[in-house]
Amino acid sequence: MTKKKTFEVPLYPYVRSPDQDAGKAVRHKVVVVGAGPVGLAAAIELAMQDVEVVVVDDNEKVSWGSRAVCYAKRPLEILDRIGCGDHFVDKGVQWNVGKVFFNERQVYQFDLLPEDGHKRPAFINLQQYYFEEYLVDRVKELQAQGKPIEIRGNNKVVFVDQSGDVATVELETPEGNYFVEADWVIACDGAASPVRSMMGLDFVGRIFEDNFLIADVVMEASFPTERWFWFDPAFNRGQSALLHKQPDNVWRIDLQLGPDVDREEEKKPENVIPRLKAMLGEDVHFELEWVSIYTFQCRRMEQFRKGRVIFAGDSAHQVSPFGARGANSGLQDTDNLIWKLKLVMDGKAPMSLLETYDEERIFAADENILNSSRTTDFITPKSSVSRVFRDAVLDLSKAAEFARPLVNSGRLSVPATYDGSSLNGDDCAGMPVRSRPGSPAADAPTVNGWLLDQMGNKFQLLAINTEVPDTVEVGGVTICALSVNATDEVADRYLGDKSSAVYLMRPDQHVAARWESYTEANVAQALNRAIGIFEQEGAQ
Amino acid sequence: MSHLNTKANIAEPDEFYHDLLAQHEGRSAEESEALNARLVLILANHIGDAGVLREAMDLAANTQGGGEVNRLV
Ligand SMILES: Cc1cc2nc3c(=O)[nH]c(=O)nc-3n(C[C@H](O)[C@H](O)[C@H](O)COP(=O)(O)OP(=O)(O)OC[C@H]3O[C@@H](n4cnc5c(N)ncnc54)[C@H](O)[C@@H]3O)c2cc1C
Repeated sequence: MTKKKTFEVPLYPYVRSPDQDAGKAVRHKVVVVGAGPVGLAAAIELAMQDVEVVVVDDNEKVSWGSRAVCYAKRPLEILDRIGCGDHFVDKGVQWNVGKVFFNERQVYQFDLLPEDGHKRPAFINLQQYYFEEYLVDRVKELQAQGKPIEIRGNNKVVFVDQSGDVATVELETPEGNYFVEADWVIACDGAASPVRSMMGLDFVGRIFEDNFLIADVVMEASFPTERWFWFDPAFNRGQSALLHKQPDNVWRIDLQLGPDVDREEEKKPENVIPRLKAMLGEDVHFELEWVSIYTFQCRRMEQFRKGRVIFAGDSAHQVSPFGARGANSGLQDTDNLIWKLKLVMDGKAPMSLLETYDEERIFAADENILNSSRTTDFITPKSSVSRVFRDAVLDLSKAAEFARPLVNSGRLSVPATYDGSSLNGDDCAGMPVRSRPGSPAADAPTVNGWLLDQMGNKFQLLAINTEVPDTVEVGGVTICALSVNATDEVADRYLGDKSSAVYLMRPDQHVAARWESYTEANVAQALNRAIGIFEQEGAQ
Repeated sequence: MSHLNTKANIAEPDEFYHDLLAQHEGRSAEESEALNARLVLILANHIGDAGVLREAMDLAANTQGGGEVNRLV
């Protein structure tokens, strides 16, 4: 008998909740809709901040099949911040090399060449079902610590309404429907978001016509741990293909099929297996773990918040998988949202702080949509002239270095720097551009361990080669000092031309403002700005 | 004498590529071909140097489907 796959086992089976027998709608602080990667990350972070949260999901299991496989450095750092990064990195497969083939020739090879002095690798590959399972493990760990977090399986949201400061949610269960109320609802219910539809909100953008066959196969194979991408290979003429390794000898194979296909026919094993044999060879023994057919869309909501209902992850924006930006950017949504929501719930920041969730994450979503649309245009040329140029780039890329940066088989996910955000405060000339206000903090080794391990979940003053007070109180917010002596990496990433620096860091490890040395007035002003209290121009 | 620069020299490659293809949107195949021809002539004139142009023409002529075959199986 074969062992059941993680995604076949109910992880949060339905249990009757006392809410169902309360006789009236029980009020909660936050209801998160959807126990996907984004909903779980949101709930974990809320619980860590002692905010009571109920996650509801319409089934009892993690993602069916692998879906997302590539996770970039920044989301791994976010997982560290919410207390569970090791698990993912220990299991994940690390890779740096990518090869690009055109027809039967290797035209180009890249190495992600991750910069030294970071705790986390550039990328890991991990099945989405493991990703979600490990987040559920983290939820259980928090529950064991008495944190106010709960997952309700087989609780499907069928109705959402709001008035004033309360949202009402109707849940359908195997034992009938019931209502709950919430101060806030975070809708992480995926690209097809029923909550978004129930609220009649838009979701517009581009639809790409091509179909892609995704097959995850289990095989003992000696292919290297690299990302291999083919344009126009003999085994899939006129189309593209991808081969990528996951843990447990599972390989992701992605075959472009073209615009007009019979999806149900193509998914049948008798049609899938010959395609895979043409690629892998007749004698390679493999088993199909998961097969699916996808078309892609690049689109987003006009606004990510409507009153008390906030959208995050695929429900708010959708991109093509080339470039691994879906789950990666979804985690960055919650990274951005939860600390803001917590400050607003505590009455320490104005409601308008939540508008900057829209501001910053729509900026990021547009960046992701732009990148993934361009990749999709390169991989699936829309016209004969775009194919001519695409093939010309590929033909040239072996002999001429200049053509290689034009080859676009996926621009891998990097975090957005919130340039121009209204939360950004003072900058300091002469310091490194990469650590300007709005940017995510770059990791670096320090004498006390990794810098990012010492940072996050609260406002901090990062003091390098200079003194700052242990704590600074501004309004109701406490800023804690984090003093480090500059190692070479810290100097390179944070000091630039300067001999000392003070950085105001946000709870999401993004830079709010920076100076050469500490002054109380500057820090107070920057903190207020970073929590959405904007002073009038010129006023003190 | 200067040589053809085949090192990467375009700051924003994805943006350039997008702009290039945007020029072709809504054009017929013949119109696109003619546009490309005009573009080649314009760029050639900008380069001017006969040696560089000769190197560019040679590179273009010799890069179709070159290199050794590399199969997964
Ligand atoms: C083939 C493929 C490959 C991909 N590769 C990558 C990759 O390499 N890297 C990457 O970052 N991203 C990748 N993605 C994208 C990634 O899978 C998604 O971005 C990610 O799953 C989004 O997470 P989410 O939590 O927003 O939504 P989902 O994972 O879709 O979760 C939504 C949850 O909401 C629940 N739900 C829905 N409706 C209701 C309701 N009415 N009531 C209660 N619950 C409900 C669902 O059951 C589900 O659990 C890929 C996607 C695909 C399809």
